[in-house]
Amino acid sequence: MGLKQSLHTLKEKYKGQKMAPAFNALHTFLYTPNEITHDGTHIKVVDDLKRTMNTVIMAMVPCLIFGMFNAGYQHYLAIGEINAVSSGFFSSEFWQWSNLVFGAWKVLPLVLVSYGVGLAVEFLFAVIKGHEVEEGYLVTGMLVPLIVPVDIPLWMLTIAVVFGVVIGKEVFGGTGMNILNPALTIRAFLFFAYPTWMSGDKVWVAGAQERANELAAGMKVDSISGETILGSLAQNKSMGYELWDMFYGFIPGSVGETSTVLILIGALILIFSKIASWRIMLSAVIGAVVMGLIFNGVVDAGWINSGSGFYGLMSTPYWNHLMIGGLAFGIVFMATDPVTGSQTNKGKWIYGFFIGFLSIMIRVFNPAYPEGVMLAILLMNVFAPTIDHYVVEGNIKRRLNRLKVKNV
Amino acid sequence: MGLLSKKDTKLILDPLSDDNPITIQVLGICSALAITAQLKPSIVMAVSVIFVLGIGNVVISLMRNIIPSKIRIIVQLIVVATLVIIVDLILKAFAYELSKELSVFIGLIITNCIIMGRFEAFALGNGPWRSFLDGVGNALGYGVILIVVGFFRELLGSGTLFGFKVLGDSVEKTGLYAIGYENNGFMVLPPMALIVVGIIIWVQRSRNKALIEDH
Repeated sequence: MGLKQSLHTLKEKYKGQKMAPAFNALHTFLYTPNEITHDGTHIKVVDDLKRTMNTVIMAMVPCLIFGMFNAGYQHYLAIGEINAVSSGFFSSEFWQWSNLVFGAWKVLPLVLVSYGVGLAVEFLFAVIKGHEVEEGYLVTGMLVPLIVPVDIPLWMLTIAVVFGVVIGKEVFGGTGMNILNPALTIRAFLFFAYPTWMSGDKVWVAGAQERANELAAGMKVDSISGETILGSLAQNKSMGYELWDMFYGFIPGSVGETSTVLILIGALILIFSKIASWRIMLSAVIGAVVMGLIFNGVVDAGWINSGSGFYGLMSTPYWNHLMIGGLAFGIVFMATDPVTGSQTNKGKWIYGFFIGFLSIMIRVFNPAYPEGVMLAILLMNVFAPTIDHYVVEGNIKRRLNRLKVKNV
Repeated sequence: MGLLSKKDTKLILDPLSDDNPITIQVLGICSALAITAQLKPSIVMAVSVIFVLGIGNVVISLMRNIIPSKIRIIVQLIVVATLVIIVDLILKAFAYELSKELSVFIGLIITNCIIMGRFEAFALGNGPWRSFLDGVGNALGYGVILIVVGFFRELLGSGTLFGFKVLGDSVEKTGLYAIGYENNGFMVLPPMALIVVGIIIWVQRSRNKALIEDH
């Protein structure tokens, strides 16, 4: 008896009982159900919600694997065991087994905790509420480990995931009803609850915090400095990384957000499978560029001198802004969330534009919140229904006017 | 029949649960968010509101037949302002530190919707004894929520209760902190107070389905 059959038997056995949704979810997650609708005409499509979500996860896998390599690379680089990359994207210093093993050791627990806790909460709510398990957590569970620092303690992640799933999603009615992107809710919770673990120069490289503790205890070791580019720029220091390093992603940062090139590949997968909206991605990039150009213009016009606290970030060329921080990752994988984003085409342009625009603005004007893209997306999530409402109203008005002219 | 008749007891007990000013009527939220980061200010605030609302309700009730209805809001404001100033001065005289901590929020009791709401809805139409009970009951209902929110916010946000380090010392890493526990900084911020109040409302409504409005 195969796994499919035994799952089916289990499902039938528990039908109508409390635990039924849990077995049903396991069954349909792994296999297409045996039974089909019995009456009426129906169309069978393979890309249901689960397939859609799986595609998004596939698009994120390159970022995850790169994130593992990068976690190891940054760690070994910081303690001086390997040299910095020297020969482009396929540098041998980067793609080493030891990097991957160390990174996997650090990153896989994040993935496991994220999925384990998140799905446990989902199953619990499904059983209590007596509805089917919703698959909404599949994507969130993958996003979460990619947007946190590699050294985040697992118990903090656990609390944040419970908070994000319950307060960010279940209280609104579960998958498809949430106002805010759950993954970003989780990150925002971590950011405000445990700021010392989510910002600064000690969290982005594995082992930096322990090293700092050892130093404080008087041990003779070299300190690890793992400042992100945004952190350095906010203090008017030079960023210290080559442009190509930033594009390839050999820089400290949250686990999966550093590699712009792999995020672009993910974006292409999402656009060609028609899962994410290219309008949102494009308009968000335009928004970021516009804001970047305005700041560059301010610097060029000489309205701000190099002594100002904003100088470092304002003078950063606009196209550099696109590659540093989580901007690219946020735009591609989180701004495009179909549930929390705008639904109308015109609305998507407005929604995306302001995400890019506000990200850069927050990033520059408030160095305490370096990850402007998180706050910008959450803010625009809140406004998305309003934008849609006015787009629809405007459309109705225009068509009414057209009707009037004809009648006269 | 004891000291309180059944009807009178209801005046005190209803606002504590099924007719709570914060969780059911959703009044007086601003102060509930602003001063509940610690337990002590929450309790002082609760006591202040019990004083102002209890006495205020009696005063308004005594005057209810002579207040011209056109200027009743002004009269109510004068009564509540007088009482709030008394509370403010007492705090300044005997608990200066605390009064500094509560800053404008004692003064802002004047604008607490619960107080004007009870004046309007109850004291203007009922005798002084029943008005007193109603005032104390509603203020207690308000206070209970404040204290519950303050308890969780101080415990999880600062790791203390009334300033005592119940979870250990966060700087010297003793107690829970020795095994890596850290305070939740989000708890100290006002948005979290709103979420905690929301969770209380959630718990209350899932225990008593009659409270759920149907739209």
